[in-house]
Amino acid sequence: MSVLVYTEINKGKVKKASLEAVNYGAKVAGLIGSSVTAIVVNADAAQLEEIGKAGAKKILSVKNDALKVADSMLICAAVEQAAKAEGAKVIVFAFDITGKSVAPRLAAKLKAGLVAGAVDYPTANGAALDVKKNVFSGKATAVYTIHSDVKVISVLPNSNPVQLGSNAAVVSDFNIDLGSVKSKIIIKEQKANSVGNMIPLPEAELVVSAGRGLKGPENWGMVEELAKTLNATTACSRPVADMHWRPHHEHVGQTGIAIRPNLYIAIGISGAIQHLAGVNGSKTIVVINNDKEAPFFKSADYGVIGDAFTIVPKLLEAVKKLKANQN
Amino acid sequence: MKILVAISNVPDTTTKIAFSDNDTKFNTAGVQFIINPYDEWFALVRALELKEAAKAEKVTLIHVGLADSEATIRKGFALGADDGIRIDAEGPDAYFVAEQVAAYAKTNGYDLIMVGKETISYNGSSVGAMISGFMDLPFVSLATKLDINSNVATLEHDIDGGTQVVECELSMVISCAKGMAEQRIPNMKGIMGARTKPLTVVPATNSDKLTSIKSFNLSAGRVACKMIDENNMDELVNLLHTEAKVI
Repeated sequence: MSVLVYTEINKGKVKKASLEAVNYGAKVAGLIGSSVTAIVVNADAAQLEEIGKAGAKKILSVKNDALKVADSMLICAAVEQAAKAEGAKVIVFAFDITGKSVAPRLAAKLKAGLVAGAVDYPTANGAALDVKKNVFSGKATAVYTIHSDVKVISVLPNSNPVQLGSNAAVVSDFNIDLGSVKSKIIIKEQKANSVGNMIPLPEAELVVSAGRGLKGPENWGMVEELAKTLNATTACSRPVADMHWRPHHEHVGQTGIAIRPNLYIAIGISGAIQHLAGVNGSKTIVVINNDKEAPFFKSADYGVIGDAFTIVPKLLEAVKKLKANQN
Repeated sequence: MKILVAISNVPDTTTKIAFSDNDTKFNTAGVQFIINPYDEWFALVRALELKEAAKAEKVTLIHVGLADSEATIRKGFALGADDGIRIDAEGPDAYFVAEQVAAYAKTNGYDLIMVGKETISYNGSSVGAMISGFMDLPFVSLATKLDINSNVATLEHDIDGGTQVVECELSMVISCAKGMAEQRIPNMKGIMGARTKPLTVVPATNSDKLTSIKSFNLSAGRVACKMIDENNMDELVNLLHTEAKVI
């Protein structure tokens, strides 16, 4: 009996959301008197060590190039085999692109109750678990009780900061058998988003975002510079992506991606309800807008009314001053 | 080729959310329900475009819900869907919905099952992947482009940090995101025709109730927005550093 956590390597590192999932798994294991096992595909020694530091007692290390295609059918089969080998009672995923396609499939295969997008650690309710998640696009939360014997939980990224300790996991090689899985997905082409050295938006803790108020793509230099100085990631509103001022993958909001950074700075974005649905989980929101009636001010922690073209350079100087004092 | 589009009946985006029965039920009083926008704009409209391009013969809607959701299904007819299935049940979670849809789809032979990337009500992004699990079919999530040639689908979809173009032999399940199609407004002919299109009510199959909702809570709003003078960005940075502790 164990808690099994699916972890993933991206760009040579263990994904931050995966480390959060291991932390989460460790809490669940403490709650139900069990131990955490992580499963990871094609990880090196340093990556395995980091998963251990996040709290995994044991790591099932899978070496299999077939899993590189990120086909949910194949990954699900691998996790299902690990869950059976470990007698896993709770299986934890990050609520990221992989977790959203694999966790539900696994739940269907194992007849397991699923909570997708948990925002907090579960509490015990007899043999059941109570798990909180966001509903109605962040306007409310719901506590679900999972009654099934085997439970699947996917954890909303950036819900809890990653904690690394001195734990060292026991690593064992785990062979999976994909012979019975008929994957039909063939990759023809793959393109990486051009994000330079920025942290990907779903994992970013600091985000600088701008909207139509900037009047044109040629004015994004100051936004990029502010982001770079803060070590933040840039984002944009829907109209800006629709007009191709900024790439589609920067679009945050209901139709784009939902994020919950520690700091979200919104420049020249009015704050339509569809935009708020994608960012209202942010811990601190700063709104800069020349319209004092902009609805976004009602959902902000700090507001500045005025012209972005004079405010942003001043903000940049103030941030540079802080950074200089910190060094 | 036959396409099945699964649609959810959700409160309009601007709905003020409230709960009843000691915060255990969503209060539907006065709420305007719509087709889940991603199911409509991205899954259904793309399915209709494929039919118009003679790449699909029929577009069928499926919905798991009670009789009060029929108006929502007929909105899908007005947009152009050929017929619809309503599984007459209300379930606690995505597992229930997906199991019902899969049970119907298995015995009725669809080549393509399309859903939106998530619902704006319960935000689980789970039903599509679960249907594929129940039916043991390939699944591609967050598709932004889709074309069909004979029995092969070519898709572009979002992956971690990028995009991918994939091919897959049908049958399969797809979750659809922005880029697939554009929102349509039903025309008068569509609206008139919607009343008479066949809507079949099917009883639910037995299902496991694996989860239940214990309670709802409205999210706490922000306390109050602290206004900072535009000439005092040092103060803002200081507050972000010492009060909010985010930089």
